[in-house]
Amino acid sequence: MNNEGFAVEADDLSCTLNGHQVFGHLQLQMPEGALVGVFGPNGAGKTTLFRALLGLVPARFAQLRLLGTELRTARRQIGYVSQRESAETEGRLSAATYVAAAWRGERWGWSGSRAARRQAVHDALAQVGAVQLAGLSLGKMSGGQRQRVRIAQVLVNPPRMLLLDEPLNNLDPQSQQSLLQLAHRFCREQGMTVLINAHDINPLLPYMDNVLYLANGGGRFGSVDDLLHTPMLSELYGAPVRVVEHDGMVSIRVDTGFVAEQHHHCGEHAHV
Amino acid sequence: MILGLEYAFMRHALAAGTAISVVAASVGYFVTLRRQAFAAHALSHVGFTGAAGAILLGLSPYLGLFAATLLVALGLAWSGRRLSERDVGVGMLLMFSLGLGVLFLNLYTTNATAAMNILFGSIVAVTAGQAWLSVGVAAVVLLGLGLIVRPLLFMSLNEEAAAGRGVPVGLLHTVFLILLALTAAIAVPIIGALLIFALLVGPPAAAQALNKGAYSGLVIAVAMGVLETWGGIACSYYIGYPASTWIATLSFVVYASTKIIERLSRGRSVVG
Repeated sequence: MNNEGFAVEADDLSCTLNGHQVFGHLQLQMPEGALVGVFGPNGAGKTTLFRALLGLVPARFAQLRLLGTELRTARRQIGYVSQRESAETEGRLSAATYVAAAWRGERWGWSGSRAARRQAVHDALAQVGAVQLAGLSLGKMSGGQRQRVRIAQVLVNPPRMLLLDEPLNNLDPQSQQSLLQLAHRFCREQGMTVLINAHDINPLLPYMDNVLYLANGGGRFGSVDDLLHTPMLSELYGAPVRVVEHDGMVSIRVDTGFVAEQHHHCGEHAHV
Repeated sequence: MILGLEYAFMRHALAAGTAISVVAASVGYFVTLRRQAFAAHALSHVGFTGAAGAILLGLSPYLGLFAATLLVALGLAWSGRRLSERDVGVGMLLMFSLGLGVLFLNLYTTNATAAMNILFGSIVAVTAGQAWLSVGVAAVVLLGLGLIVRPLLFMSLNEEAAAGRGVPVGLLHTVFLILLALTAAIAVPIIGALLIFALLVGPPAAAQALNKGAYSGLVIAVAMGVLETWGGIACSYYIGYPASTWIATLSFVVYASTKIIERLSRGRSVVG
């Protein structure tokens, strides 16, 4: 089987929302167990790509296989942590309740034992190092703590792939680092595939295996080394970019100054 | 005999009151979780309009109640899942239906008591037929809620993750609005369109202040609702004054007490 070993295998994947093509003709071959950084300006379709992989928005494709199978079968094995927090994350329910609600949460009626549910909740919270938060209300947590509990909620039904939509937003650098280390550990120790959307490449550089960047209605997938070829980066940022190596730490600088977000280009620029 | 159970009207009042307080607290628990209190408020008010219209046409007020609340519930569901959480759209609907309600009352001037009964409830005027209808509809709503409770809880806490795992969130949103409409339709003649929050929102909000679990909170809410209803009927029987007033008062006192307890325990945990 030639598709074995790929978490996402897409041929000519396109998505159109409200008559506007968000992205088109993506060719993706994401190896299983990889940590993939997804970058691009606002409106380039980072979130839409995640939602398309889950079947939440309509997509067209010549072929789309997730975790070696069809989308409909695969999505039960995908954990999706959306960018938008639900109202209850401001509320009073405990972290344990929040995580438990997702345990086989798609089933009808009453089923499953309480002991099994409790064990699953404990294991999920333990994986993100949040067991001590079990009894705490979500509304009383810090952003970093809440993000961990939200990840625990998708781990309660053990997934093979994680989609984390802008998980680093509103986190201080230390919380960002520990979250990325967590994602990295899931890949290395459990062979999970993790896709992370982000604005800034630099925090992810030490952790990611592959890069997907979306811009101008298209996208490019490659290894981190491919990315570090400056022309590709400049195309991504729409500005001259330098890769700086200092004390073994690689970082990316845009010549206009700080790595700033570029406006979405509407024109049909030449891109591959 | 205790609580005047030798009288048929008291037996009917207790049967209908118990059924309605159980179903209102159960459905109301999800109303507060899903932040749909305003939609619930609007549904009970269109129930008033429906009942007033039915009386004007010489029909049973229940016919108008069910027709109006179900129609508006379907309208809310059809107009988009977000609308029922949007204050302005729901508020406009509420305004329009109350305007119609005033017209119906204006056209039907011969019996002002009927209007008062719909607005403020008349639990001791419950007939045997009304009591049986209330118990039957309450049983149907509870059965429906029991069937969807797991995916409903999951999507109430994290709609996007639930959708990603294949929960039919649009369908469940509609089903829940229908259950809410049925609840409002049987509760309005008993507790009154203007006082429905006493059973629908008061007990769940009080339970959530005391308990961070979902199912345990639900059980506490139901217990509170039933005790408040029985207490209200008892006070009305032994002391006098309308039962609706007593139920509303008890609901408010319990809610306020839990708020004070919550505030005090939070203060203590900060100090300790």
